[in-house]
Amino acid sequence: MPYKIIGSQCTACSACEPECPNNAIREKDGTYIIKPEKCTECIGYFDDPQCVAVCPVENTCVIDSSVARYQA
Amino acid sequence: MESKEHWDAGRPQAASDQSAAPAPGHNGCGASGGAGKASCGSSMAPEDMAPGVWEKVKNHPCYSEEAHHHYARMHVAVAPACNIQCNYCNRKYDCANESRPGVVSERLTPEQAAKKTLAVASAIPQMTVLGIAGPGDPLANPDKTFKTFELIAREAPDIKLCLSTNGLALPDHVDRIKDLNVDHVTITINMVDPDIGARIYPWIYYRHRRYTGREAAQILHERQMQGLEMLTERGILCKVNSVMIPEINDQHLIEVNKAVKSRGAFLHNIMPLISAPEHGTVFGLDGRRGPTARELKALQDRCEGQMNMMRHCRQCRADAVGLLGEDRSAEFTTEKVMERDLAYDGAARRAYQATVEEQRNEKAAAKEAELEGLRGRQSDMVVLVAVATKGGGRVNEHFGHAKEFQIYEAGVGGAKFVGHRRVDLYCQGGYGEEDALPTIVRALNDCVAVLVAKIGGCPRASLKEAGIEPVDACAHEFIDAAVLAYYKSYIERVERGEIAHTPKGDAAIRQGAYVAA
Repeated sequence: MPYKIIGSQCTACSACEPECPNNAIREKDGTYIIKPEKCTECIGYFDDPQCVAVCPVENTCVIDSSVARYQA
Repeated sequence: MESKEHWDAGRPQAASDQSAAPAPGHNGCGASGGAGKASCGSSMAPEDMAPGVWEKVKNHPCYSEEAHHHYARMHVAVAPACNIQCNYCNRKYDCANESRPGVVSERLTPEQAAKKTLAVASAIPQMTVLGIAGPGDPLANPDKTFKTFELIAREAPDIKLCLSTNGLALPDHVDRIKDLNVDHVTITINMVDPDIGARIYPWIYYRHRRYTGREAAQILHERQMQGLEMLTERGILCKVNSVMIPEINDQHLIEVNKAVKSRGAFLHNIMPLISAPEHGTVFGLDGRRGPTARELKALQDRCEGQMNMMRHCRQCRADAVGLLGEDRSAEFTTEKVMERDLAYDGAARRAYQATVEEQRNEKAAAKEAELEGLRGRQSDMVVLVAVATKGGGRVNEHFGHAKEFQIYEAGVGGAKFVGHRRVDLYCQGGYGEEDALPTIVRALNDCVAVLVAKIGGCPRASLKEAGIEPVDACAHEFIDAAVLAYYKSYIERVERGEIAHTPKGDAAIRQGAYVAA
């Protein structure tokens, strides 16, 4: 399952965008979004999902269980 | 929007003709109560520092107390991302009436920021410094930060560039900073002990990992010290900001002061914690209080023997525009700036700044004359005097219009700036006179007098009742000279038995924001 950003909590600080190894994050309508088909949960790149690690608001980058899990 | 740790930034102006050194001699701080280092914080004249350093700071409002009466800075909010979390910062909060580091209403692209800078520089010739201070960390947004500097340096080479950082990413960018001629950098350093740091920083993001607790603070500390050393090795002036957090790092800041001094920091700025609960910061929600005016001054005085202290910081927003203590950012929103088409007029700016230099010379002469009148006098009386000013180094603000008062400490050795008190009302539920006056009296409670351009009958009576003498006799005179003249009359009246010299109480530091006029 990929990560998603809870828009109502996003401060649009942009910190996550350059950290994503898959270029899956971009700005849309004043907050940031993750393109689910591009997100790999950082598997193969880093121990922790980078958007979660850098996000200043807790529980804002979360697993999107509505989308099938990424297959490495 | 958000918030983050830093604030003021800056970098001085070079171009204009110099000479104009302010106050000759020691700035008259010698005798005053505090910790008696001759140079008054950053208000020193050339005698107190190497000429090369004075050239760098003399037009920089954040690096020179003397300059902050005459010169303005602006911040452009191009750096929203941050790489650490501080317990005095809440990234989610934004309010148009808010004035504190990390807060900003509008973010800019580097191109917008450059255009805004040129617009402000053309409209405000005193504007000498462009700083990037957030609202996140400039070096967590290196591409945006450096692109902005490049654009501005190309169009307006006389504008000084500076930045303010938490230091975590600093060692990686020192060479770029040097290449771009950024010669003022501020690092926010709140601890040199990771156990204390763990109580201030819940986490850092470093080399693709989130670190917490003591480990996070240890990494941050090492990077800050390394960055500071690298800057001073390259001749880049470095100011250290520290947030004074009672019961966490208040005494520890003396250690911080020693550590940064030994690594070549030029100026130390200890600022009070801002922790109003409505800001939603961890410290605010925990009910952690900020220091009182007396606690802050006592710590600054203790550190002053070690190195130059900055006491004129207004902890301004990441998009502040104008003199310290005023914020004209609302005049220069992106919308307003983008519709203008203007040419950058460096000649007009240089001409204006030359007149400022003349005023500085006049001011220094007036102060010397008053000091002469005190020469040979013996008195251990040291008093605090509040001053209402709107810039130019003069007593030129009406009592009722003052959003802040500047505080001067006066003794037979001279007068020195020791701080400022905000008195604007913010989220106080009411703006009437009856609310304002007690606030002002609390803020000035440790002062014997307040010097103003003008004052009405009603506040005059209330101030007298509170033991604060309202004085409008020195309207429009230079501040230092006016404070010294008042002090002379004060000790003469005490000697004649006309008034009693009694110890004053503590005063409150206002939390919250400046409300733009």
